[in-house]
Amino acid sequence: MKFLLKMLDKVRPLFEKGGKLEKLYPLFEANDTFLFTTDEVTKKGSHIRDALDSKRLMFTVVFALLPCTLLGIYNTGLQRFLALGVDYSLLSCFLEGLKVFLPLYIVTLAAGGVWEVLFATVRKHEINEGFLVTSLLFPLICPPMLPLWQAAVGISFGVIFGKEVFGGVGMNILNPALTARAFLFFTYPAQMSGDKVWIFADKAKDKLVDGFSGATALAVAAITPEKANVVESMNEAGFSFWDLFVGFVPGSIGETSALCCLIGAAILIFTKIGSWRTMVSCVLGALFITLIMNFTSGEDSNPMLKIPFHYHLVLGGFAFGIVFMATDPVSSATTAAGKWIYGFCIGVLAIIIRCVNPAYPEGVMLAILFMNVFAPLIDHFVAQANIKRRLARGQK
Amino acid sequence: MEHYLSLAIKAIFIENILLAFFLGMCSFLACSKKIETAIGLGFAVVFVLVITVPANWAINNFFLKKGALSWVGLPQVDLSFLSFITYIAVIAALVQLVEMVLDKYSQKLYASLGIFLPLIAVNCSILGGSLFMTERGYNFPESCVYGFGAGVGWALAIVAMAACRHKMRYSNIPKGLQGLGITMLMTGLMAMTFMCFAGIDL
Repeated sequence: MKFLLKMLDKVRPLFEKGGKLEKLYPLFEANDTFLFTTDEVTKKGSHIRDALDSKRLMFTVVFALLPCTLLGIYNTGLQRFLALGVDYSLLSCFLEGLKVFLPLYIVTLAAGGVWEVLFATVRKHEINEGFLVTSLLFPLICPPMLPLWQAAVGISFGVIFGKEVFGGVGMNILNPALTARAFLFFTYPAQMSGDKVWIFADKAKDKLVDGFSGATALAVAAITPEKANVVESMNEAGFSFWDLFVGFVPGSIGETSALCCLIGAAILIFTKIGSWRTMVSCVLGALFITLIMNFTSGEDSNPMLKIPFHYHLVLGGFAFGIVFMATDPVSSATTAAGKWIYGFCIGVLAIIIRCVNPAYPEGVMLAILFMNVFAPLIDHFVAQANIKRRLARGQK
Repeated sequence: MEHYLSLAIKAIFIENILLAFFLGMCSFLACSKKIETAIGLGFAVVFVLVITVPANWAINNFFLKKGALSWVGLPQVDLSFLSFITYIAVIAALVQLVEMVLDKYSQKLYASLGIFLPLIAVNCSILGGSLFMTERGYNFPESCVYGFGAGVGWALAIVAMAACRHKMRYSNIPKGLQGLGITMLMTGLMAMTFMCFAGIDL
């Protein structure tokens, strides 16, 4: 550690004002604050003294994402071995999963990082640790078969148009990782949806077991014939509630496990970084709309309407979305009452898109993005209501 | 009843006149700086659309369409080539009317809308509403509902945009993109999020 510090201090003059590499100062500063706590403090103006800065905040999120990441890597390998029908062990699954996850992660870091550094150097702002979260979230919500160049295109769009054009971390309207994924989803639907992308195995090259389908649980649910029971058809396809809960099912790399999302949620709520209001209200919204659907759907209506509530929570990316995406402090509503409305609408919308919209099997991503757009409006009305109430109180 | 409800939902969310057809962009971009103005303009557009779409429906069905003049004994006459100019005239006249009413009853809104109220007369979403009504062959109640839905969809988009721009006041936007540039980009991103409804069959 001392060696690193010494080295950094040695090259510091190079990057500071008047130095040879003055222009690359943000790059130096990013490495410096990434490795060591900065000794810089705010000197003037009013400010809050707190142990929590954006660096610690972002690292806590990364820490909360670790269970999902590890299980995601393991599951990616596991799904491949199941598709190939060969023997596997814990270690071999993990190594096989790493082969998929690492290139994706490295490409994301590199492509997004280039834009981050470019914007930071030209616009002379700091490189924020927020990118570490975005760059970890993004591969976790991608299908394992995603071509690497597409990952690079996607994260570039997300970083530039989702974040940097607004001025960087803390100033964006939409969640950058979700923007990147939505962009890919609409631009390259063949690589982002369907049956061929969720398991890292190629029908043309690999020898697969008989009856291999590669469909996700939601895809199986969506093609359930009329009057049939969705839960039964999912069970037949090998998706029991327990599998879906623990996460040993095909899907985007990190989203499959509701259990790991629960652990992440516990960390985020305990450290007060993720808002429990948003998470709880998302679940309430989903519960509300599911109950309406369950009770109003008749004999021969869309079978998706009859999925019981607890299945909705573990299917697809719902758990991952509401824990890590909806709670993004920048793009979500900021007022307490606003968070309740915001989360509730996400829950309702996500389930509506999932069950009613035949075009998309999953709705969480788009529901969160949609509500990101409306979050400032919700905040505005909540603030106005507060102003009105206080004025009325003052006039009494 | 269900039919009209689904028509309204379709017009508001699935085929949002602003974010799916990009009609009415000029006033959307110019008037979305303040939330209060945006709400006022949104109401004005809803109001104008609810009046003009059924009014134009009546004119189309009783005067312009082929065979529409059969009630005066001229079943062969087809005046549909006049539809564009008539629609525009009807819209302009009605907007004038709205302006006068606002001037009398809501000075504050009249002042804040200022030049933009006459702009509604040339707002493409108003003419677009009438043209879609003709093209899709709506009947009278349908055209009322469609006018309302299209207006509410437009209002929703501009109010959300105004709130986003309000939040963006604290953003450090690159110089070249400040103002209209970032608003255009934001409109594109908003249109992408509205894609979540695309494909719903009502």
